[in-house]
Amino acid sequence: MYKLRATIKKDLRILSRDKMGVLFMFVMPIILAIVITAIQNSTFELVNDNKVSLLLNNHDTGEASKELIKSIEKIGMFNLTLVKGKQMDAQVIERMNNKDALLAIIIPANFSSKMAAKAKNIAGKALNNFGAPVDGVNVKADADSIEPITLYYHPVLQESFRASINGALRSSLQLVESKQILQTLYFSLNETALPDSLEKDIINTNVAINQVPVSRDGTRVTPNATQHNIPAWTIFAMFFIVISLGSSIVREKLNGSFMRLKTLPTNYLIALLSKQITYLSVTLLQAAVIFAIGVLLFPLLGLPKLNLPSDIAGLFIVSLACGWCAVSFAICIGVFAQTQEQANGIGAVSIVLLAAIGGIMVPSFAMPASFKIAMNLSPLHWCLEAFYGLFLEAGKLKDVLINILPLFVITVVIQLLSLWGLKRKNLI
Amino acid sequence: MDNDAISIRDLGFSYPGQSKNCFSNLNLDIAVGTRFGLFGPNGAGKTTLMHCMTGLLSYSHGSIRLLGNEIAHHKKAVNKLFGFVPQDFSLYQELSPVQNLEFFGAWSGMRSGAIKKKITELLEVLDLTDVKDKQVHKFSGGMKRRVNLAIGVINDPQVLFLDEPTVGVDIQTRHAIINYLKQLNRNGTTLIYTSHQLSEAEELCDKIALIEDGKIIINNSLEVLLAEHKEDGLEGLYVSLTGKQYKDIEIVSTG
Repeated sequence: MYKLRATIKKDLRILSRDKMGVLFMFVMPIILAIVITAIQNSTFELVNDNKVSLLLNNHDTGEASKELIKSIEKIGMFNLTLVKGKQMDAQVIERMNNKDALLAIIIPANFSSKMAAKAKNIAGKALNNFGAPVDGVNVKADADSIEPITLYYHPVLQESFRASINGALRSSLQLVESKQILQTLYFSLNETALPDSLEKDIINTNVAINQVPVSRDGTRVTPNATQHNIPAWTIFAMFFIVISLGSSIVREKLNGSFMRLKTLPTNYLIALLSKQITYLSVTLLQAAVIFAIGVLLFPLLGLPKLNLPSDIAGLFIVSLACGWCAVSFAICIGVFAQTQEQANGIGAVSIVLLAAIGGIMVPSFAMPASFKIAMNLSPLHWCLEAFYGLFLEAGKLKDVLINILPLFVITVVIQLLSLWGLKRKNLI
Repeated sequence: MDNDAISIRDLGFSYPGQSKNCFSNLNLDIAVGTRFGLFGPNGAGKTTLMHCMTGLLSYSHGSIRLLGNEIAHHKKAVNKLFGFVPQDFSLYQELSPVQNLEFFGAWSGMRSGAIKKKITELLEVLDLTDVKDKQVHKFSGGMKRRVNLAIGVINDPQVLFLDEPTVGVDIQTRHAIINYLKQLNRNGTTLIYTSHQLSEAEELCDKIALIEDGKIIINNSLEVLLAEHKEDGLEGLYVSLTGKQYKDIEIVSTG
């Protein structure tokens, strides 16, 4: 134990003098976590909190178009501006180019009369089916010639967002059309207008949609940019100890310390154990610091607060598993690298690559199928899945064991590889 | 043989991937208490032989006994008996002399109290007391050499291997190191030493061996060798035995 204590003391002393390494291990991931979260959070707010500007140019003068505009206003997604004086389409496009709006809708002339004709036609068909002859079918020609509503959009709007706008507009159109048909049908049967109360009862649906984020423990915490970013960049930080640990091992190999240790009556595995204990403690400290920043500092910066999982013991064990894998990876790089430059270069590039294919930078669901196989080989992927199981799904340790197990297997393989490398290079 | 610090019999060694043997059936005895110098041209096999004697390299056949212990079979026990001062500064330059000595003392199997006592003694003898808490990377070459030597002797070794321990130091430091090594020898430590500083070797060694192309070509006391070859100094003896042409060969990595 005395030898191990002395070795840990030596490793801590050397680490404390590696200012650049400490900078990489703590400051860089903290800056990354803050910057990326701030950027993602503003995007999140843009999509969720801000209304999209919409110009509406109504060439029609009838009731149906007014009804449609009211319905669009009710959607709540748009900051609606009605174009006065029925401008030409080219003028509307010009205004969009001047960033007055991201969207513009052009309602064609005679929209209301064509809509009424279509309603009369459908109502006629329906009554014919019931066996009541009506002359509604005679307006078929008019009904077929409703000009389309035109939606101009700024190219900056993503396809998925345009699709949701399109869906909302279609719902509004459907509502207007349904009302017209219903009113026509009712009038044809009763020769009186459809009462408002009945119209509301028929048109308005009373079935609510209850939106609930999925969580294992039933909590209703909505995931946000912080919940996604803090675990991801914590893992990235843990694996970035390769810069300090990898080059420390290379230094020992190059300056002959390794060789000298071999002439002493102590097994080199003590040195490896010491490095693992020392740097594992560092990775746990990294996690604690970054989580604390998420909980305490983020709200002060106007960012969402990090909600820690309820299973703190589980969080500790997942952090421990991730840290051990990160330390093993760094030792492996140190064992095989010939120079410090190699250790730093290969270490940094490999971590960025493993982070990219592991889902740290790009969500794993957005990856092509071919990458998903490679993703399973990235230890960072399993770390991320385990952390997300706790932070986003409010799971317990037992829920993420399925992620820890492959991580453990990868760690053991890396450890064996390092031992083989040391043996091959006559270092143990 | 019982009085030998080192006894080498039929040693065979070649580096992995090399067909040529560095040593074939090499024999060498070094008596306890000797100040033994191992000399030879660059690439002759001095460092390789020293690495075989310290267990850093595994030999393919033959045996090496250190104070009667076969090093291939009793590595841990043998490692307690000797000290090694490599040619490179094989220490942690981020640490101070005291911190280095604390660590290497612990790895030599010493207890905390014994380490502290020995550190005080070594710092005093090697004139490092004033800089004991400063980081080694700020030291001059001579100071680093003395720290390198101190680490090699922290465990009071019975046999001390020194691979060019004074290379790159000034005259004062060389003088101090040689005097300290003589003092260690007077206290019973066997010294096994390699260097290209032949005048220094003349001053320190009482017995020398010359190695060339993996073979020991002479091995005797300095006085006897000088008399046999009618030379008045080690340098003349060396040149008469190895010739004047360049002797460098390709350096093989020791891993």
